[in-house]
Amino acid sequence: MPIVEVNGVDKVYQQGDIEIHALKDIHLSIAPGSFAAIAGPSGSGKTTLLNMIGGLDLPDHGDVIVDGCHFSEMNQSQLAELRLNRIGFVFQSYNLIPVLSAVENVEYVMLLQGVEKVERRERAMAMLDEVGLSEKYHNRPSELSGGQQQRVAVARAIVSNPAIVLADEPTANLDSKTGEGLLKIMAAMNEKRNVTFIFSTHDKMVMDYAHRLVLLRDGMIADDEFK
Amino acid sequence: MITPKISPKISPKISMDMKMAWRNVWRNPRRTWLTISAICFACMVLIFMLSFQFGSYETMINSSVKINTGHLQIQAKGYFDKKSMRRVIENPDQIKEVISGIDHVEAFTVRANTFSLVSSKYRTYGAMVVGIDPVHEAAVSTLKQLTRVGEFLPNTQEYGGADMVLIGSLLARNLKVGVGDELTILGQGKDGSVAAAILTVCGIYESGIDEFDRNTLHIPIKTFQSIYSMGDAVHEIIINVISLRDVSMVKAQIINSLKNIPQGEALVVMDWDELVPGLTQAIRIDLTMGIIFWFLLVVVVAFSILNTFLMAIFERTREFGVMMAIGTTPKRLVKLLLYESNFMTIVGVGLGIIIGCGITMVFQIYGIDMSGSSEILKQYGMSGRIYPRLSIITAFAGPVLVWLVTVGVALYPAMRIKGLRPIEAMTHI
Ligand SMILES: Nc1ncnc2c1ncn2[C@@H]1O[C@H](COP(=O)(O)OP(=O)(O)O)[C@@H](O)[C@H]1O
Ligand SMILES: [Mg+2]
Repeated sequence: MPIVEVNGVDKVYQQGDIEIHALKDIHLSIAPGSFAAIAGPSGSGKTTLLNMIGGLDLPDHGDVIVDGCHFSEMNQSQLAELRLNRIGFVFQSYNLIPVLSAVENVEYVMLLQGVEKVERRERAMAMLDEVGLSEKYHNRPSELSGGQQQRVAVARAIVSNPAIVLADEPTANLDSKTGEGLLKIMAAMNEKRNVTFIFSTHDKMVMDYAHRLVLLRDGMIADDEFK
Repeated sequence: MITPKISPKISPKISMDMKMAWRNVWRNPRRTWLTISAICFACMVLIFMLSFQFGSYETMINSSVKINTGHLQIQAKGYFDKKSMRRVIENPDQIKEVISGIDHVEAFTVRANTFSLVSSKYRTYGAMVVGIDPVHEAAVSTLKQLTRVGEFLPNTQEYGGADMVLIGSLLARNLKVGVGDELTILGQGKDGSVAAAILTVCGIYESGIDEFDRNTLHIPIKTFQSIYSMGDAVHEIIINVISLRDVSMVKAQIINSLKNIPQGEALVVMDWDELVPGLTQAIRIDLTMGIIFWFLLVVVVAFSILNTFLMAIFERTREFGVMMAIGTTPKRLVKLLLYESNFMTIVGVGLGIIIGCGITMVFQIYGIDMSGSSEILKQYGMSGRIYPRLSIITAFAGPVLVWLVTVGVALYPAMRIKGLRPIEAMTHI
């Protein structure tokens, strides 16, 4: 059974008098444990699609099903609950809460989930160790490099044991070497923990890491390739 | 898949939210200090003003009361409205006995008043002649201390001197008399006969209240009673209580006791508020103006707070978007923001209370020179130095008001978060 199903999703943005058809009748299903890239040029609908899968936005038509939950049947607070417990997010930038240290940022989602303090701290530290930030537990985001910040974001996304991790152009603001380092960490997590990753990119190097490549063009799936 | 362990305890959550809120407060220290200063300043001003107002009212009441009316008076019915000589307390000794038995009474004395012509060698004026008991008067009013030249009236029973008169400074100046000079008074006795006497000035008093200094002279009550054919009767029994707070209680007790004596029917008990109606009015006007001023002050502070919070929230919209995307509920965000506003307010109010009380206490010791005070206030003896009066009420009323208003005002921007959608927030520039 797929962990993510996108069934005939349409999304139209209204910008003044102009209608922008960002997604057109998208059908997609992703198996558990995938390491899938959504690729395509800027404006092709990558972010919109990831927002749909993440329950951050709802389609005009069609349905999204994540881990057996039909979004069309859920209200905002149920979606928030689902995001908290089943989905991890890595955004392009400004991922972290500036007033919290690296370890506190990783702890934060567990705090929202109600995990106890001691366990929270232990798991957060272990996760930071895994992404190679043992030295940086107590640094604030402003004291970390861009690559380190993204690694904290990955640690935070994974620490809550989600069904899927969604990463919207996680390497876009990083140089290629740092970007590759981040991707290696993500791939290792995918392998070791069998967490499903869905990430968007328009970077060739990033696409090379993906086990599956979904190509978007003008809001439609132009190609879907398993490697 | 491992499901996260759900903890029933919420206390660790609270501490983390508070920690975040506290750090957020200090993200922009300059702006935070500005906001805190505004809150602190408002509290300081409110504490000082309120203490000052209360202090000045107390001074006004006490000086009016002490020079003149006393806290309470017993009079014949109708005497207050129409100062007719014939409306007397027939048997003051009986009433003095009643008053002696009441708690919280500090002192009491009797007085009689009438209007007469007063002549010196040079001039004649109309003035209020007041008969007082020289011994007890000194315990009730400040008349003895106000005697700046010569001597206060002697204890006539022991030392004689029944023909002595104590006179107001302006009246003395008008009549061109000094200590040792003679005065003639001419009036009408209670029975309608002509009342006349020649008296010698023993002392001159100066209260600072012009009307009092210009229009009154004091003679021993026994002398008054014989000149004006009063027998044993008096017009007023003046009673001072230990503290202003006791007035209404003592008043009620006197009224009760008067019911049990025959002449009680014909008497009324009045408190200082009824005796000097203008005083309460002056206080009320001053208080109203004070309240208008506070209101403006609080509005200014409220806008500064509102501005700070709107700015802070606008700047952090993206951050809120990410927080909501990863599962923070809007309710929790609102809570975070309310912690932030409360922290800022608590620091501001706390500092305001400390500094405000400190400043007020300094002035409470040294006083404030009010020689330039307004004419209205001067009428009621508010000249010289005023001492602010710090109390629980004056120390906390203003700050509590500021706290309520700031937290209330911060509620509005915090509530706007509730309608925020995560993607809109995240794409916010
Ligand atoms: N909030 C929005 N309002 C209007 N148009 C939008 C909005 N978000 C995205 N779009 C439009 O939808 C299309 C797809 O955008 P997006 O999903 O962000 O593409 P990508 O992430 O691949 O660059 C673009 O044409 C974009 O301009
Ligand atoms: Mg995008």
